[in-house]
Amino acid sequence: MRGRRLYLDGVSVVFDGFRALNNLALVVEPGEMRAVIGPNGAGKTTMMDVITGKTRPTSGVVTFGDLDLTRMDEASIANLGIGRKFQKPTVFDALTVFENLELALKAPRGPVACLRWHLAGAGRTRIEEVAAEIGLTERAHDRAGILSHGQKQWLEIGMMLMQDPDLMLVDEPVAGMTDAETEHTARLLARIAGRHSVVVVEHDLEFVRALGCKVTVLHEGTLLSEGSIDHVQNDPRVVEVYLGR
Amino acid sequence: MTRIIALLLLMAAAALPARAQDAFLDALPGLGGNFTAQAEAVDRLGAAGDPRALPVLRALSDGRLVKLSDGTLLVRDGAAFTNAATGAAATPAEADTQRISINNRVRVALRGALGRLQIISPDAGERLAAAEGIFRSRSADNVGLLETALARETVPRIRDQIALALAVSRLVSADPAAKMAGITALGGSASPEARSLLLESRAANPDLAGQIDAAIADIDRRLAIRRVAETAFQGLSLGSVLLLAALGLAVTFGVMGVINMAHGEFVMLGAYTTVIVQDLLRGHPTLAPWSLPLAIPAAFLVTAAIGAAMERGLVRHLYGRPLETLLMTFGVGMMIQQAVRLVFGAQNREVISPPWMQGTMLLPFDIPVTANRLWILCFSLVVFLLIVAAIRFTRFGLEMRAVTQRRPIAAAMGIRTGRVDALTFAFGSGIAGIAGVALSQIDNVSPNLGTGYIIDSFLVVVFGGVGSLAGTLIAAFGLGVINKMLEPWAGAVLAKVFVLVAVMVFIQRRPRGLFPQKGRAAEA
Amino acid sequence: MSATTLHAPPLSRTRLGLRALMGAAVVILAAFPLLNMLPQDNVLHVSDFLVSVSGKWICYAILALSLDLAWGYAGILSLGHGAFFALGGYAMGMHLMRLIGPRGVYGHPTLPDFMVFLGYQELPWYWLGFQSFPFAMLMVLLVPGVLALVLGWLCFRSRITGVYLSIITQAMTYALMLAFFRNDMGFGGNNGFTDFKELLGMPLNTGAARATLFYASLLTLVGCYLFCLWMTGTKYGRVLTAIRDAENRVRFLGYDTTSHKLFAFVASAMMAGLAGALYVPQVGIINPGEFSPGNSIEAVIWVAVGGRGTLVGAVLGAFSVNGLKTWLTSAAPDLWLFVLGALFVAVTLFLPKGLVGLIQGRGK
Ligand SMILES: Nc1ncnc2c1ncn2[C@@H]1O[C@H](COP(=O)(O)OP(=O)(O)OP(=O)(O)O)[C@@H](O)[C@H]1O
Ligand SMILES: [Mg+2]
Repeated sequence: MRGRRLYLDGVSVVFDGFRALNNLALVVEPGEMRAVIGPNGAGKTTMMDVITGKTRPTSGVVTFGDLDLTRMDEASIANLGIGRKFQKPTVFDALTVFENLELALKAPRGPVACLRWHLAGAGRTRIEEVAAEIGLTERAHDRAGILSHGQKQWLEIGMMLMQDPDLMLVDEPVAGMTDAETEHTARLLARIAGRHSVVVVEHDLEFVRALGCKVTVLHEGTLLSEGSIDHVQNDPRVVEVYLGR
Repeated sequence: MTRIIALLLLMAAAALPARAQDAFLDALPGLGGNFTAQAEAVDRLGAAGDPRALPVLRALSDGRLVKLSDGTLLVRDGAAFTNAATGAAATPAEADTQRISINNRVRVALRGALGRLQIISPDAGERLAAAEGIFRSRSADNVGLLETALARETVPRIRDQIALALAVSRLVSADPAAKMAGITALGGSASPEARSLLLESRAANPDLAGQIDAAIADIDRRLAIRRVAETAFQGLSLGSVLLLAALGLAVTFGVMGVINMAHGEFVMLGAYTTVIVQDLLRGHPTLAPWSLPLAIPAAFLVTAAIGAAMERGLVRHLYGRPLETLLMTFGVGMMIQQAVRLVFGAQNREVISPPWMQGTMLLPFDIPVTANRLWILCFSLVVFLLIVAAIRFTRFGLEMRAVTQRRPIAAAMGIRTGRVDALTFAFGSGIAGIAGVALSQIDNVSPNLGTGYIIDSFLVVVFGGVGSLAGTLIAAFGLGVINKMLEPWAGAVLAKVFVLVAVMVFIQRRPRGLFPQKGRAAEA
Repeated sequence: MSATTLHAPPLSRTRLGLRALMGAAVVILAAFPLLNMLPQDNVLHVSDFLVSVSGKWICYAILALSLDLAWGYAGILSLGHGAFFALGGYAMGMHLMRLIGPRGVYGHPTLPDFMVFLGYQELPWYWLGFQSFPFAMLMVLLVPGVLALVLGWLCFRSRITGVYLSIITQAMTYALMLAFFRNDMGFGGNNGFTDFKELLGMPLNTGAARATLFYASLLTLVGCYLFCLWMTGTKYGRVLTAIRDAENRVRFLGYDTTSHKLFAFVASAMMAGLAGALYVPQVGIINPGEFSPGNSIEAVIWVAVGGRGTLVGAVLGAFSVNGLKTWLTSAAPDLWLFVLGALFVAVTLFLPKGLVGLIQGRGK
C-alpha cells in the first residue's frame, strides 16, 4: 500500500452565485476504493475539478497527504500522483494510440527531458501491457481521432493507467460500454485498488455494487450519505433524492 | 475685490461718452490741416477711443477722405458720401471735393491709432486681436482707451482679454492704486503671459512683492487646473475616437465572438461613403449642407450590407475556428482596401466639414476645443447609448443575446439563428461604418484609414472585458486619458507604446478584462 | 499480444516523396550561384536577379519554418514573427554599420552617419560590442529569444491563447515599429540602416559575397529544417502537438505546458532572428517597415498555403507565395493584394491543410 490520504473539508464552489459544491467533506484513505454517486448536477465532476486543480474552491480545505492542493496548478497536482479520467473522453486526435499512451507514461516531463527521451524496453513493455489491457493492441498505430467513442473511453483509462498515479479519479468510466466491457472495467478497477486509491463516479448502480466498496452519495453539492451500497440504498434521504422527484 | 473695481470702472465708463464726444469733434478738423496737424489729430482721435473715429481714420488711410471748400470733411464710399462729423449722407458737387493726402509720418500715426481703435471695431475678431495686441504692447497710455472699450464690450471672451490688457496697462502705470488694481486683476487670470509680466514687474516694485507673489501663485493654481482639464478633454476626445472604432468590434467580437480583422476597413468604407454622399449632394441647394448627417445612415447601410454578405458567404463557414476566421477576415480586409485604392486612388480624399463643426470654442477654464472634436465626443456617446438601447430593448437585441448565449435552445425556441447571426454581424459592421463617418472629420480619408484601428479597438474591447459594452466605454475613455496624460513627458509615439504594453500587462493580470462576463459561457 | 505489432509503421509514400522533392529543390537551388557564372547566352544561365531573389526567398523559408514550429506544431498563432525577423536583421545591421567605420559620408571613425547627423557625441552603450561578428551573431539569437521569452512567459503563464495571443503579438510588432521609427531610439529612425560595405572582410557588392551569403542562407535553411525535423520527431514534438490540440488535457498528464510552449516559442523566435540576419546583408537595407504587422501576417499565409503542421509545407509555401508575388508585382501590380487577400480566404475556407494536404490527398 502506498500513497497519501485525500482529504476534503468544508469545500464550497460558487459559480456566479450558484453553489455547485456546498461545504463538502470527503476522506479517501491510501489504497481505498470509493464510489461516488449522485443525481445529475450533484457536483461530482466539480469535486474532481477541485481535486485536480481545474477549479479553485471558493472556500475549504483540499489536501493530499500534507500538501495543499488548492495552491498547486494542474500539472503539479498530476505529478504528485493524481490521475484522472474525464467524463467526456479527451484524447489527442492527431497522435496514435501508442503515442497517446507514451505521452502519459510516467517519465520526466520537462521540455529538455522530452527532447532527449528515448523509449526504453521497460516503457515499451508497459505500453504494450496497457494497450492489451484496454483492447487496443491492434489499433496501436491508428490515429486516436478515428477511434469510436467507446475506444476513446478505453484509451482514457489506459492513459490514466500509464501515469501510474497514487490516486485515480475515474469519472463515469462505463458510460457507453457494453455489459461485457462494464464487467471488464469493474474487474480492472478492483485489481488496481489496493495498490492505488481510486475514486469512481458512476450512475450505474449495478456497476457500483460490483465494485463492492464504500459509497458516497452527493446531492446539491453536499454529502448526503455514506456507507456500503446496501446502507445507502436503504437510506430514506437517498431514496427521496433518487425517487422523490 | 475685483467686483468692486469692476463696478467702479463701470461707473467711470458711464461718465465717459460725453467727454469723448467732445474730444472727437474737437480733434476732427485737424485732419484737414497740414501734415503736422493731421498727425496730431490722428493721435488724439486714437486716444479718445470714440467708435465714430474708426471709419474716418480708415477713410483717411485709404485716401477716401475728402474736404469741401468750406472745410467740411466727408467720407467717400464708392459714389456715396457721408459727413465725417455727423455721419449724415451728403451730396457734394463733384468739383468741390478735394482728396486729402497724407505723408509717412501721418501714416505711422494712423497705424497706431487704427490698431488701438480696433478695440471698438464692430468686428469681434478685430476687437479680440486688438486687445491681444495692446496687451502685448504694455503701455500706460492705453488705460483710458481700454476703459472705454471695456465699458462697451459685450462678448465675454473679449471682455476678459480687454480686462487683462487694462490690468497690464495699469501695472506699468505710475499710480500705485492703479498698480494694485492691475496686479489683482492679473492674478485673477490664467494667462502665462500675465504670469511672466508679474514676474518681471516684481523687481521694479519691491514694495508690492507680496501682492505680486500672491497673484503669481493664483495664476499658477489656475494654470494647473487648466492643464489638467485640457489633458482630460484631449483624453476624452481620443477616447471617443477609440470608442467609436471599438463599438462595432464590441458587437462582432464581444457579443458574437467573431474576430473581424476587416473591421478597420469597414470604418474606412464608412469614411468613403461620407465622401460619396458629399460628392453626390454637392451643388444641391437644400441637401448639400446636410450631407454629413445624411452620410450616417448611408454609411450604416453600406457597411451593414457588406457585413451581412460577408457573414453569410464566408464567416459562417468558420464558426468555432477563431484563428481561421482571423486570417480569412484579414484577407477580406486586404481586398477591400485594394479595391478602394483602385477605385478612388491612393491619395487622401477631402471631406468638407459643415460650418457648425468648424472653428474653436472655449470650455470652462479657457480650454480651447475644436468644434469637430466636441461633436465627435457627443456623437460617440449617442451611438453608444443607441447600441445599448438596441441590444436591451428591441426584439432583435433579445434574439441576439439568446443566440449568443445558448444557441441550441434559441434555435429550439424558433429563433432563426442564421438570420440573427447575419444581422448581428451586419449591425456591428454598420456601427463601424458610422464610426467612419465621424472619423472622416478628423482623420485623412485614404484607403489605409482603418489599418491602425483594429489593434486599438481590439485592445479596448479586451481591456473593457469581452462582451461588456459598459466596459468598452470605460476602457476607451480610460485608455484615451491615460494616453494623453503620458504624452507630455513621453511623446506621442512612446505614449502609445506604453499604453500597448500596459494593456498587455493588464491582460496578464486580468485576462477577462475590467468587467468580465460571468458564468460558463465566457470560459469557452 | 505480440510485441512486433507495436513497431512504428514506415513513413507514408507521399511523405517520403515530399522529402525527396525538398532534397531535389535544395540541390537545384545550390546550383544557382554556379549557373550564374555561366555566360549570359548559355541556356542554363541563371540571372543575377533570380539568384538574389531566391536568396531572399530562402530567408523567408526559414522564417516560415520558424512560424510553423510555433503555429503548426505548438498552436501559437503569432502575428508578430516579423518582429523577431526584424530584430535579428537589426542586430546584423548594427554589425554591418559598425564595419563601415570611417568610410561613411561624414567619415567619423566610429559613429554611423545617421548618428553624426543627429548630433550624437559617442556611441550609445547598446551599440558597444557590435563590431565583433560573434557578439553580433549572439545578439541575433538572443534579442529575439529574450523578447519571445518575456512575452511568451507573460502570456502563456496567464493562459492567453487563441486570438488574444495573436493580437497581442501583433500589438507587439506594431509597438516596436512605432518605437523604431523614432530617431532618438538610436536605430536610424525611419531610414534604418543601409550603405553597408563589408561583412567578414568581404566587400558586399561582389558576386563572391552574394554567392557566400546565398550558400550561408541555404545551409541555415537546411540546418533549421533538420533541427525542426528532429525536434518534432521526438516526444517533445508530440507533446507540442498534444498542446496544440488540447492544452488543458496535457496539463492533467503532468506536463507544465507553459515551459513547453515557451521553449518552442523562443526557439522559433531565434530561428526567425537568424533568417532576418541573413536577409539584411542580401537586400542591403533594414528599416522599421520590417516590423509592420502586414509583414508578419504575410508570413502566416506562406505557412497556411504550404500546409501548417508540416515542415515541407512551410518551405513550399514560402517559395510558392513569394514566387507568385514576385511575378505578379511586376506583371500586374494592382492585382497582387487582391490575390494575397483571396489566398487568405481560399486557404482558410477550402484548403485548411494547404498544398501539402492537397498532395497528400492525391497520394492516398
Ligand atoms: N464552470 C461552471 N460555471 C457555472 N456552472 C458550473 C460550472 N461547472 C459546473 N457548473 C454547474 O455545477 C453543477 C454541478 O456540475 P457537475 O458537472 O459537477 O455535476 P455532476 O454531478 O458531474 O453531473 P453529471 O452526473 O451530469 O455529470 C451543475 O449544475 C453545473 O451546471
Ligand atoms: Mg459529471
